[in-house]
Amino acid sequence: MGTAVQVRGLVKRYGAQVVLDGVDLEVAGGSVCALLGPNGAGKTTTVRVLTTLVRPDGGRVEVAGVDVAAHPREVRRRIGLVGQQPAVDDVLGARENLVLFARLHHLGRRAARRRADELLELVGLGDTGGKPARQFSGGMRRRLDIAAGLVLAPQVLFLDEPTTGLDPAGRRDVWDAVLGLVRGGTTVLLTTQYLDEAEQLADDVCVLDGGRVVARGTPRELTAAVGGDRLELVVDDPARAAEAADLAERVAGASPGAPPPGRGTRVTVAVARRPGVVGDVVRALDDAGIAVDDVLLRPATLDEAYLRITGRDEQRTEVPA
Amino acid sequence: MTAPTTATPTTPATTAARDLPAAEGWTDRLRWAVADAFAVAARDVAHWRRQPGALLVGLLFPVLMLVMFLYLLGGGMAVPGGGSYRDFLVPGVLGLAVVFGLEATMTAVVTDVGRGITDRFRSMPMAPSAVVAGRCLADLALSAVGLAVLALAGVLVGWRPDEAGPAVVAFGLLLLLRLAFLWLGIWLGLLVKDPASVAAVQILVWPFAFLSNAFVATSTMPGWLATVAEWNPLAATVTAVRELFGDPVGAGGGWATEHATLLAVVWPVVLSVVFATLAVRRWQGLSR
Repeated sequence: MGTAVQVRGLVKRYGAQVVLDGVDLEVAGGSVCALLGPNGAGKTTTVRVLTTLVRPDGGRVEVAGVDVAAHPREVRRRIGLVGQQPAVDDVLGARENLVLFARLHHLGRRAARRRADELLELVGLGDTGGKPARQFSGGMRRRLDIAAGLVLAPQVLFLDEPTTGLDPAGRRDVWDAVLGLVRGGTTVLLTTQYLDEAEQLADDVCVLDGGRVVARGTPRELTAAVGGDRLELVVDDPARAAEAADLAERVAGASPGAPPPGRGTRVTVAVARRPGVVGDVVRALDDAGIAVDDVLLRPATLDEAYLRITGRDEQRTEVPA
Repeated sequence: MTAPTTATPTTPATTAARDLPAAEGWTDRLRWAVADAFAVAARDVAHWRRQPGALLVGLLFPVLMLVMFLYLLGGGMAVPGGGSYRDFLVPGVLGLAVVFGLEATMTAVVTDVGRGITDRFRSMPMAPSAVVAGRCLADLALSAVGLAVLALAGVLVGWRPDEAGPAVVAFGLLLLLRLAFLWLGIWLGLLVKDPASVAAVQILVWPFAFLSNAFVATSTMPGWLATVAEWNPLAATVTAVRELFGDPVGAGGGWATEHATLLAVVWPVVLSVVFATLAVRRWQGLSR
């Protein structure tokens, strides 16, 4: 499959405020891309431009090979949108909602009913009967919302913060639904504030901040880019934690950009992974008379990468985008 | 991108819609615009079926107003120039019911925008005009039913229109005024962000309706206020409707009252054009 979404130099202004300041984005067909970023980074605006809801002020945007500005109607035939809140009719039941949306996608009466049943099956809402959507749980409403975005089996599905406000079971349901679609070949672009969500679902992550893409890559690449692995130490005496951190860093050959100091007895040190590094650190601490209760060597989490990249961390590290 | 016809069991392989022809002629577009508008309007009909209670309250509230004004206040009312207050009142309450439609339209539009349903429609390949056209169809249909129920209640309390032909024209004028309030409601609904502002409109409807001849003749009001009330679009429609039904009009009144039938057409048409233009602008502004 080719490129499902191609964005070059996308600019969007509201008055003097520049919301999108030259966004470049590429999503391969059949893949899942997560747009990650703090509130106000421009995630939703990007999705609104890509789904023809908002006209761009500059740049070139193609979705499923069609120019968004020139042929919005053609784009709409190829996409599904699941917005930030479940955009379903509260009074109608699940099936009635889907039949309505199917009719508005110009399916015939019978085809609309058949498609509604298929979609209910797909998102696991087959047995809600005539119950109005307002009586659904958050996760059920979300799944109905996703089903409504799938009427035409879209080539690209946009999900804007699909699990915000859901309980863990609801999030799991939505993830399952999304993963099922991906297996079926649908390209998915989702925005999220949850890093574990990006890690779970996405092939690629794109970090937006201040209307620009500040980092992109696979979740693994992003975490590697901000300094590989972390050594977590739990020392016996909290008074000697800082000393232990200094010592461990020196011995381990800390990679650029020290992680924030740990709290209490827990010390986190960035390390360059090499054979014997853990033993060296523990021996050095032992020689200095600092008792170590626990040691853990792990890769940096996407959380750590994200905080570093968006500068929400104490210090900011530039990561080449 | 190659068409993924090889769907796995998780995505049931359908649907013919994907194979729709890409290009449509203008006749197809028009046909779909009409079909889409009816599909959107059918959603309201489904609401009425699902929530008959809410529908009933909406239909019976103007009937309650009629009964209250007639039996609680009506005893102290005299129509200047003669005629029964009941016959003077029924066209007035019909006018009031039309004005009530404003908040119904506004609530529906604000709710859909707020819930993201409007954006869902806008991201779909349906005719963009259908969102508003469907609203118009549904609201006009509901108003027609509401006016019929209210007129029936009028008949039950003893009111009778003189002739059938002019009575039909009278209902036409009432629906024409409803159209003006419909566009005003759509514009306001797209304008305000907060559903709470509907409450403000709900309150303002009352002084607007009272500042007319719907319940008392303008000749009983202080001079300048009477002039304002007379020029109220609602007053023009109510006077014209009274004449068409053969009901007492109430003595007095200046140019606006003498030319009420003309104004009952001109006012709604002008208001519709103005607010439809504003609403379409606002609609296009959603993409900005």
